[in-house]
Amino acid sequence: MTAGRRLVPVLLVVSAAMFAAAPFIIDTAPYESTMGLVQRIFYFHVPNAILMMLASSACGVASLVYLMRRRQSADFVALALAELVVVLGVIVLITGPIWARKAWGVWWDWEPRLTSTLIMWMVFSAYLLLRRFGGAGSEVMAAAVGLFGAVLSPFVYWSVNMWRTLHPKTSVLPNMVAAIATGDVESGSTMAGPLIWCFVAFTLFYIAVILLRVRLESTRATLERAVLLLED
Amino acid sequence: MSVLRAAWLIARKDLQVEVRSRELIYTTLFFALACVLVFSFAFIKEGKQPVDNAAAGIFWVAIAFSGTLALGRTFERERQSETLRALLLAPIERSAVYLGKLIGLLLLMALIELLLVPLIALLFRAPVARAPWLLAGLMAAGTVGFAAIGTLFAAMLVRAQSRDVLLPVLLYPLTMPLIIGGVQGTAAIFAVEPDWGTAELCLTMLVSFDAVFVTLALWTFAPVMRD
Amino acid sequence: MNAKVSRTCFTLATLSVTMLLMGATLLAQASEADKTFRPIQPGNELLQEKLPATPLVFSAYAVVWIVVVVYVLTLWRRIAKAELEITRIATRIEGRP
Repeated sequence: MTAGRRLVPVLLVVSAAMFAAAPFIIDTAPYESTMGLVQRIFYFHVPNAILMMLASSACGVASLVYLMRRRQSADFVALALAELVVVLGVIVLITGPIWARKAWGVWWDWEPRLTSTLIMWMVFSAYLLLRRFGGAGSEVMAAAVGLFGAVLSPFVYWSVNMWRTLHPKTSVLPNMVAAIATGDVESGSTMAGPLIWCFVAFTLFYIAVILLRVRLESTRATLERAVLLLED
Repeated sequence: MSVLRAAWLIARKDLQVEVRSRELIYTTLFFALACVLVFSFAFIKEGKQPVDNAAAGIFWVAIAFSGTLALGRTFERERQSETLRALLLAPIERSAVYLGKLIGLLLLMALIELLLVPLIALLFRAPVARAPWLLAGLMAAGTVGFAAIGTLFAAMLVRAQSRDVLLPVLLYPLTMPLIIGGVQGTAAIFAVEPDWGTAELCLTMLVSFDAVFVTLALWTFAPVMRD
Repeated sequence: MNAKVSRTCFTLATLSVTMLLMGATLLAQASEADKTFRPIQPGNELLQEKLPATPLVFSAYAVVWIVVVVYVLTLWRRIAKAELEITRIATRIEGRP
């Protein structure tokens, strides 16, 4: 924990500096011709979406470790990650529709990625609800939810994708977005720079947040022990 | 005692309790019927064919809802008489307890489905006899997955506060792929021009879901129910 | 007292967010009601230009920052609460014979 204590301010300062420079970096990216300015949302939306997926799988791993070893620290990490997944889910699920409004013309489309994100967000919200209202022993049950949630995500994507491809696509743009995301468009390489910049900035920032959250949880656990000792 | 034999003994015990009281059978069957009726009022318009997919959707929603009801009640019974702890203390594998509960629940849900199939055939003119084996496969795979996840979470929630609301809150997001696969597969069979490819793809998805989650639930049950 | 205030704040915040969401939805649907959706293709960029992109981009970035700041603030509050608890326990320990 002492290493984390020194790391948090460093991470916060570095990410703050990177965010301060982000507008200028994003400005160097080419003006995407078909989508125009709205494509700028991409640089904040995509890093958060990727980090949400990463955090949910990491939560699954931490939950698995907790179920096997019963290390309290693994449980703290899993809780911090689950909370982060829900926060990132809110970000992704709001910025996504704002982008979609301009790019596809509708606020919400039952597009596979959007729908899967919503379902995964629900799974991890259920995790937090369980911890909040489950009472004593809910951390073990929550670990099962975290593990199942992480294993579930490919099935969610598979099923939603299957469901959607049964219907005609309402727009050609989802394919184009995918093309940009994989760098198929000619300007893809110049877009990659700002994207990676934002991704790194967000990653550093969220690592600091996770460390803080884990520390808070371990403080709470210590406090609980102290109160129990005092009451004896 | 082998795991399977212990599991069968537990399932038989549950069935005996149920046959004596018939509480779960009557209530869940009635609930499934009520579910179908409530949804019919939303989706059926006079003089028109039901909305596309309505039959498949109502069918699976009724299964999921009455399954949740049955799950909650099965474990509530064990909780009231503190018998779950006794079961867990018995000198058998933990996974046998899980399997026994799962088998009992599957039998109950199979009964519900036996009622639901003729009901939707009758009320929605759903062509259930068009591909009986494929439909049965979809139903079996969907139910096994739902019951596998449901049994694990209902069992662990026995000790939790506000377990009544937490069960559906946890269960529905986690079983969403099953519901999607089940509804889409069934809808593909019931469609005016049946889409066999989609139905088979759904069945593949459901079966692989079952393979992963039954294994995972069997493994998770022991550490979750440890203390 | 403190808990009561924070609970009231939380209720108010939830209510206002709900109102905001409902208002936004109504507004969005009202503006959408008159035009049917057509996907943007190379031919009809004019349609696309009707909706200015700047406020959308601006609000998207704002949303990211608002969510992040709110989360960090709740974290901060929870840490402050834990610290308060620590001092309370420390005084209790000191007061013990």
